[in-house]
Amino acid sequence: MQKIEAVIQPSKLDAVKDALLEVGIEGMTILEARGHGRQKGHTEFYRGREYTVDLLPKIKLEMVVPDELVEKAVQAILSSARSGKIGDGKIFISKIDEAIRIRNDERGPSAL
Amino acid sequence: MHPRIVKLFLALVLCTGSLFPAFAQTPAASAGSTADQLAKLQTQVANAQSSADNAWMLVSAALVLMMTGPGLALFYGGLVRKKNVLATMMQSFAMMAIITVLWALVSYSLAFDSGTSFIGGLHHIFLRGVGLVPDTDYSATLPLQTFMIYQLMFAIITPALITGAFAERMKFSAMALFLILWSIFVYSPMAHMVWGKGGFLNASLGGRFPTLDFAGGTVVHVTSGVSALVCALYLGKRVGYPKEAMPPHSVVLSFIGACLLWVGWFGFNAGSALGSGPLATSAFVNTHFGAAGAALSWMLAEWIRSGKPSALGGISGAVAGLVAITPAAGFVQPMSAIVIGLLAGAFCYFMVIKVKNWFGYDDSLDAFGVHGAGGTLGAVLTGLFASSAINPIFKDAQGNTLPSGAVDGNWHQVLNQLVGIGLAWIISIVGTLILLKLVDLTVGLRVSRDQETEGLDLTQHGEEGYDFAS
Repeated sequence: MQKIEAVIQPSKLDAVKDALLEVGIEGMTILEARGHGRQKGHTEFYRGREYTVDLLPKIKLEMVVPDELVEKAVQAILSSARSGKIGDGKIFISKIDEAIRIRNDERGPSAL
Repeated sequence: MHPRIVKLFLALVLCTGSLFPAFAQTPAASAGSTADQLAKLQTQVANAQSSADNAWMLVSAALVLMMTGPGLALFYGGLVRKKNVLATMMQSFAMMAIITVLWALVSYSLAFDSGTSFIGGLHHIFLRGVGLVPDTDYSATLPLQTFMIYQLMFAIITPALITGAFAERMKFSAMALFLILWSIFVYSPMAHMVWGKGGFLNASLGGRFPTLDFAGGTVVHVTSGVSALVCALYLGKRVGYPKEAMPPHSVVLSFIGACLLWVGWFGFNAGSALGSGPLATSAFVNTHFGAAGAALSWMLAEWIRSGKPSALGGISGAVAGLVAITPAAGFVQPMSAIVIGLLAGAFCYFMVIKVKNWFGYDDSLDAFGVHGAGGTLGAVLTGLFASSAINPIFKDAQGNTLPSGAVDGNWHQVLNQLVGIGLAWIISIVGTLILLKLVDLTVGLRVSRDQETEGLDLTQHGEEGYDFAS
């Protein structure tokens, strides 16, 4: 089992969700986040005062998937979230030791 | 038959039936003498005019109240950080309650009783003698209570305007005490001098230096704006200003508030005609043109300087224009109103964007930059543009109309305006300083540093404006 965390542009959420569903990912958690990488923020003016907004709104997706689905999921995100411009986001992948379904104690990949 | 049609038919029958007796009465009524008839007719005409004026003035009073709540409350509330939104709105709302009671107890009398040249007497405390019969010095057609309640709405919004200068850092208790004292010792005398019987600056009731102030350029905007500057200087900056970013938390709220102010201002200015005649139309038209001119010039100035016309700039400009046209509303031609608006938008933009930063004071929501600066400019321009063709306010002993402002050739009026403005500045600076000192020594003005960081909503009122978790 592996965990995929992807930070994407909020406008790409629907496309990414559809693409993940198509490759068979059934569950995910979505967080509204703020952040920036190499992409710098923008400036706003209120009554002549300049404000730099460097933390921009982003969406973070989290999902834990069986090993054989990881590459498909990554490809799905890459193809659906990419605009080619700076600020498209990042994907992080890590190992997961255990998954437990709260409803019935089920453990391992079948709990996903 | 359909029940609705039956009802309609019945209504028609009733209407026609009630017409016939009226026809029958016509010959009977002509039996009285011509003199009686004329007297009756005169009373009816007077009653009709009184009703027409009263209807407009009651609507105007409600419009002016709407300027404070929700207008100003939203305008200011949107400009602060979200931890202070309720506290800021409460400062405006509190005036609606506090000043109302104060007005009945003592301050109406201090403003509008005859008294001396500088302050009214105490004959009307507890609203004694303020009934439904007109006071002909103020208005021959309005019940005195209509005049009283209309003037109250001005007394409410004026201290509420000051709250923009000390937003996000003053104790609620200190704010309430200070503004009660301010209303008694600064607003009432100033209102008396300009609008009260025998007032030092009163243009229509024989003042020493007749200052033209149609709807409160000096009484409302110069006093509140200049006092706001004194407050900002006395209280000092907010914690973190100007290093920390303090952008408005919701320009949307401010936008709604400013548009309500624009609409409410028709009551403020056109209502100041104290009647529903042509003068009200003139003030209404000028108010609108002034607001539009200033919205335009602020946005253009911003567009040129920072590359984009902003929503906040547009609405700030509109308010600046409304402020500047206030003293001029019932005195100038519509084209002059546009010019006054255009000048006010650019001037207030310059005051808010440049001058504030040069001196470094924290007039948090620009109460001085908009009301103090716009009010002063408007009062000067009123002396320039006042036209006797619109409002023949000055007359000689024979009743002939004399020139009003500089456009009529009466340059002396500009000097009179400067006397009025100067007096408003002095009474505001001195009065506000003394009262702030007094409140500072007794209850203390500012919240603690920790409370300021936590926000006034929680620390002063135990509430939060936005609780999305529940």
